[in-house]
Amino acid sequence: MAKLICIVCPKGCHLTVDETTFEVVGNNCPRGAAYGKTELTAPTRVLTSTVKIENGEICRCPVRTKGAVPKGKLFEIMSALREVTLVSPVKIGDVVIQNVCDTGIDVIATRNV
Amino acid sequence: MTDVIVIGGGPAGLAAAISARDNGASKVVIIERDTCLGGILNQCIHNGFGLHRFKEELSGPEYASRFAGNLENIEVLTDTMVLEVTTDRVVRAVSRQHGYMELSAKAIVLAMGCRERTRGAISIPGDRPAGVYTAGAAQRYLNIEGYMVGKNAVILGSGDIGLIMARRMTLEGAKVHACVELMPYSGGLTRNIVQCLEDFDIPLYLSHTITRIHGKNRVEGVTIAKVGPDRKPIAGTEFDIECDTVLLSVGLIPENELTRGAGIPIDRRTNGAFVYENMETLSEGIFACGNVVHVHDLVDYVSAESERAGAAAAKYALGEKALGRVIAVENGEGVSYTVPQYIRPENCGKTASLFFRVRNVYRNVRITVRNGEKLVASFNREHMAPGEMESIVIPVSLMGDAEKLTVSIEEVK
Repeated sequence: MAKLICIVCPKGCHLTVDETTFEVVGNNCPRGAAYGKTELTAPTRVLTSTVKIENGEICRCPVRTKGAVPKGKLFEIMSALREVTLVSPVKIGDVVIQNVCDTGIDVIATRNV
Repeated sequence: MTDVIVIGGGPAGLAAAISARDNGASKVVIIERDTCLGGILNQCIHNGFGLHRFKEELSGPEYASRFAGNLENIEVLTDTMVLEVTTDRVVRAVSRQHGYMELSAKAIVLAMGCRERTRGAISIPGDRPAGVYTAGAAQRYLNIEGYMVGKNAVILGSGDIGLIMARRMTLEGAKVHACVELMPYSGGLTRNIVQCLEDFDIPLYLSHTITRIHGKNRVEGVTIAKVGPDRKPIAGTEFDIECDTVLLSVGLIPENELTRGAGIPIDRRTNGAFVYENMETLSEGIFACGNVVHVHDLVDYVSAESERAGAAAAKYALGEKALGRVIAVENGEGVSYTVPQYIRPENCGKTASLFFRVRNVYRNVRITVRNGEKLVASFNREHMAPGEMESIVIPVSLMGDAEKLTVSIEEVK
């Protein structure tokens, strides 16, 4: 049995997950059950960071992965983001990198700059 | 004359202004000292905002834009500093564009937010080198200005901003050696301990503190010691960590200079104004909401509270005063404060919401609301912690003729 704290929402439910059947106890919602399973099989996270932007009123544009990406790829994605320079104007939701590091997930801008 | 002036254009001010307009106030003005709206959300680039409200995980700037994009018929004065607010609802402000201004309003909403406690507030001995930042200042440098504040960091305090910065610095290539917390429990949300510290193997030292900062020009290291139950360092437990940066995440203070200047009573427990159920302060027609009233964990709750304040301010501006008898709400055993501190049952509708924090970590207890000895309502909780704001909803019908209600934590019988 693995003991986890759910990070899906700020509630932070204390989960107990069976390592063979991946049955989850202690969750208050279905998302907790899904989290318990993925966390033990293939943990994922949403990555947020900033990239360079030129001609904007600020010099960094905040970005995030549109969905969860494998936890093991976080630093690889950070390296990819270091290579990006955007040019203003950028709108919330604009794709910054498509299919970042072959995760199938896009990186999007999260501020209008 | 302006119906409602909102002071502060962060999450609280934005939600209050929109709500005031939507509830019938015809002229609403937001005054913001920064050059853009959104407040602290602009530098909170991490995700997790809006889970309650929008059922989505947004970053701070995205959450702010949902509000900032809905300001039709609301006048916004940015780059404008409010100097004074008076109880007869005059606001004095200055800006580069308009110079000195005196504005009158039928109702005012105070939404100035809070600021961070600094090294001075917690008196850490040692040298005064460069490299000591509050976590929020470091967050601004990194996320907005694009400067890395250091390569080897130690974080004092386990508030959410400190935890978020531990992850952020790590992702940007710094080594975060430790997060040091004075209390035996974390001050931040449990999910942030998991996703910001444990994910990156950053050790959390509970019941520890920094007893000395070393370095002449730049931070060279810190001395850390274990603390006893009295929170005083225990001699002989000291150890050193070499680092070039110390981030402080040691609490937030509501920014109430304007409130104090106006002579509006401040609650020493929250460091914010005393408020009624509709977020009206003890000065009629002046309302307050968000972190200027009490420090929240989640912006979603700030928005909800501020919408109530904005709606009440609009109502007041339109001539409808909140009246009726007053019930005082007090904090009993295990509870450090409540907001609101006063309830006018006739002004509540069917229920009244109460927000509070507990003093300790509790498991399987109940929250009780009592009128003297008499139990008015009780709510079971599996888990409570000081880092997590609690809320309960009390039906007005159960309050009877109470003059005072006491909220406590009791063992489940």
